[in-house]
Amino acid sequence: MTKLISLVPEGPLSQKWTEHKSHIRVVSPGNKRKLEIIVIGTGLGGASAAASLGELGYNVKIFCISDSPRRAHSIAAQGGINAAKNYQNDNDSVYRLFYDTIKGGDYRSREANVYRLAEVSNNIIDQCVAQGVPFARDYGGLLDNRSFGGAQVSRTFYARGQTGQQLLLGAYASLNRQISKGNVKSYPRHEMLDLVVIDGEAKGIIARNLETGEMERFGAHAVVIASGGYGNTYFLSTNAMNSNGSVLWQCYKKGAFFANPCFAQIHPTCIPVHGEQQSKLTLMSESLRNDGRIWVPKKLEDVEKIRKGTIKASQIPEEDRDYYLERRYPAFGNLVPRDVASRAAKERCDAGYGVNEKGLAVFLDFSTSIERLGKDVISSRYGNLFQMYEKITDVNPYKEPMMIFPAIHYTMGGIWVDYNLQTTIPGLYAIGEANFSDHGGNRLGASALMQGLADGYFILPYTIGDYLAGKIQFPKTDIKHPAFDEAEKNIKERITKLFSIKGTKSVDTFHKQLGHIMWEYVGMARNEDGLKKAIKEIQELRKKYWKDVFVPGENTEFNQELEKALRVADFMEIGELMARDALNRKESCGGHFREEMQTEEGETKRDDNNFMYVSAWEYKGEELEPSLHKEDLKFEFVKPSTRNYKD
Amino acid sequence: MDLTLKVWRQKDAKSKGHFENYKVNNISPDSSFLEMMDILNEQLINECNDPVSFNKGCKKDGPIAFDHDCREGICGMCSLYINGRAHGPDNEITTCQLHMRKFKDGDTITIEPWRSNGFPVIKDLVVNRGAFDQILQAGGFISVNTGGTPDANSIPIKKEKADECMDAAACVGCGACVATCKNGSAMLFVASRVSSLALLPQGKIEGARRAKAMVSKMDELGFGSCTNTRACEMECPKHITVSHIARLNREFLSAKLKD
Repeated sequence: MTKLISLVPEGPLSQKWTEHKSHIRVVSPGNKRKLEIIVIGTGLGGASAAASLGELGYNVKIFCISDSPRRAHSIAAQGGINAAKNYQNDNDSVYRLFYDTIKGGDYRSREANVYRLAEVSNNIIDQCVAQGVPFARDYGGLLDNRSFGGAQVSRTFYARGQTGQQLLLGAYASLNRQISKGNVKSYPRHEMLDLVVIDGEAKGIIARNLETGEMERFGAHAVVIASGGYGNTYFLSTNAMNSNGSVLWQCYKKGAFFANPCFAQIHPTCIPVHGEQQSKLTLMSESLRNDGRIWVPKKLEDVEKIRKGTIKASQIPEEDRDYYLERRYPAFGNLVPRDVASRAAKERCDAGYGVNEKGLAVFLDFSTSIERLGKDVISSRYGNLFQMYEKITDVNPYKEPMMIFPAIHYTMGGIWVDYNLQTTIPGLYAIGEANFSDHGGNRLGASALMQGLADGYFILPYTIGDYLAGKIQFPKTDIKHPAFDEAEKNIKERITKLFSIKGTKSVDTFHKQLGHIMWEYVGMARNEDGLKKAIKEIQELRKKYWKDVFVPGENTEFNQELEKALRVADFMEIGELMARDALNRKESCGGHFREEMQTEEGETKRDDNNFMYVSAWEYKGEELEPSLHKEDLKFEFVKPSTRNYKD
Repeated sequence: MDLTLKVWRQKDAKSKGHFENYKVNNISPDSSFLEMMDILNEQLINECNDPVSFNKGCKKDGPIAFDHDCREGICGMCSLYINGRAHGPDNEITTCQLHMRKFKDGDTITIEPWRSNGFPVIKDLVVNRGAFDQILQAGGFISVNTGGTPDANSIPIKKEKADECMDAAACVGCGACVATCKNGSAMLFVASRVSSLALLPQGKIEGARRAKAMVSKMDELGFGSCTNTRACEMECPKHITVSHIARLNREFLSAKLKD
């Protein structure tokens, strides 16, 4: 049986990574040329990893489902990237970034991994500046910072509201350089459909050429998964339309454990749902909470008037506004972590104070800051976000406050990895949002970019060498091996089956239904009855799907409905595992809020005696219950306490 | 809103394309343009699956292929030519940011793919923009390896320069500039990269090499030349201005003079 061995090195926290990397094996330049690595995904994690591995001299193949690596959803990250540079002299340090991150994650992540993340954060900023990333600067020519939720220092580096774009273009440029040198080969519009495992080790993939429908086989000495998260299980989320969890699911079914699937992040500041025709939700960056104040009216009659449109928000006097985050959490105010801010919005809306027609929105107001700093300053900080908001809602946020509401944004859970970022399948690695390791129960803002680039630039290129050093005698993987035949046969059967159903409903119809179940029972608040119901309803929906879905067209052509059909089939299984994990975790921590476990004030109540572990699920076969493995979390250096953002 | 949509259908790169008319009803003005396309596709899927309407002569074309992903104006994937304008009748937006309130009840809307020698059609409204990747691979980078870089604050850069660099770097690589240009020129795209890097001390070092390599790759891939009509600037969703083309020209000429 596979055992969970985290490989966290011994020794003092600040020396673990230094010690570990000095003792792992390396591969000589001559041998690197003989070794092949497959990278799946071209976001910050995948692009930075492939570029760095190419620079080292490995033979790299990189795959993405879009028409270009630059489309990966990292591009949409707005606000910024954290690093412990302490350029603002506000007493920041590696330890403080580590501490904030582990506390923000509600003590459900590994100390050693999080410390390493904070440790390499500074290198990331140096790297990006050298690549030409245009971070915001002050008049003296040095870099500027802003604040993000869950921190009391200003450590977030940013490029207007397009930080993710600029960082990705930096990584993509480095990737392009390696492509031009021939060290990396790029396969756009290719979707991985299965992992090939030979003698227990990851040896290749089957990919579908999305332009032609052709199945293609690729062998390698190691496979790196950087395919992002599974937030689109909820149908409506801030993820891109094509973001999906299928690669994670394929790895899970081939023996990689899935860790903490129920940890999904709900972002407090998204544009509210406008109607049934909606296909996706748009995020308004957390950075807006630097200068925006969140409120709802104090009086229910004002709420009524706003919903009817008889008064405008700006007409409500200061004393009749309830700045509920500032009221409840004086120390952090509007900059509490995302899970806390989301639940507080839900609490006010549940109490009847929601400000749009459906009662599912709160205000994010910039009037105080505009008065203090002037419109120009606000515009220089958030201009593109304000423009984006106005295009979508037809409301000018310089004059009237934005309306916002929480939405699914990120998944902290993912493939289980050890300290080397290796999964339970030797030779298979997972980085960025695809793994589970650094954010625990809740990710802090501006930390996803940090993790993707830390894994890709500075961690994986070292740790993968330790594995590959043992493979220098191994020849190229033979793609005629029976394991490839079998994987390809299974995919082809699955596709044939989907076409043959010829049912009555489109793929989207089922995806929307799944989304409703997930949001209702596995969303912001969860309880035992609801989760049991969710599992049952998802199972029933899945049965219906395989009897009644309709997939038009053919396999041998560009067919976006088929792409969706394969992904939604997986979402239907991922959703069930998320519900199962949420049911098992009978405690509230971070974004996982079990209604049975809350304090009198409605805050999360952890149960450290029974749940201080990573839940890692092992696939047991179709329609069989997965089995749960536990990796106990040991806190040697910080003492888990109740998160306090009040004082 | 009730609308008539005149949509370009093309089975694959080799087939000949044609326009097809479709009707969609009850569209909310608050819907985005792509949500309207989703509704149309849902309708087409149901039609080609329904024996009754099928017998009534419903076309077998099935749903319309179109590129889209982030739906918030940043990934650059969406690429529709709507009523004769790249990204449709609004300024400084991508197609996914276009909303139906920009149209009137009863309108007929024409929807085409990007049309350019550099961007062959893959299917319906989907084109191949791989040429953009190739241009950037030719030199759209600063040659630094991972690690061993100096402290970020050891390279001070004037705020104004950094801001201008950011203006150019905002390019999303959608291709609207090429689709809009009567010559099918990719100058604005190339300029955005060359200019943003030329504004930085880190980027200046290999500036000459970069400008020459990218321009020559652009020419090789069959994009037309720039005749200063400034149409690209008008339709660029990120409002990248032709002043960056001027900087590209300067970079290119001074590089050539040194040869």
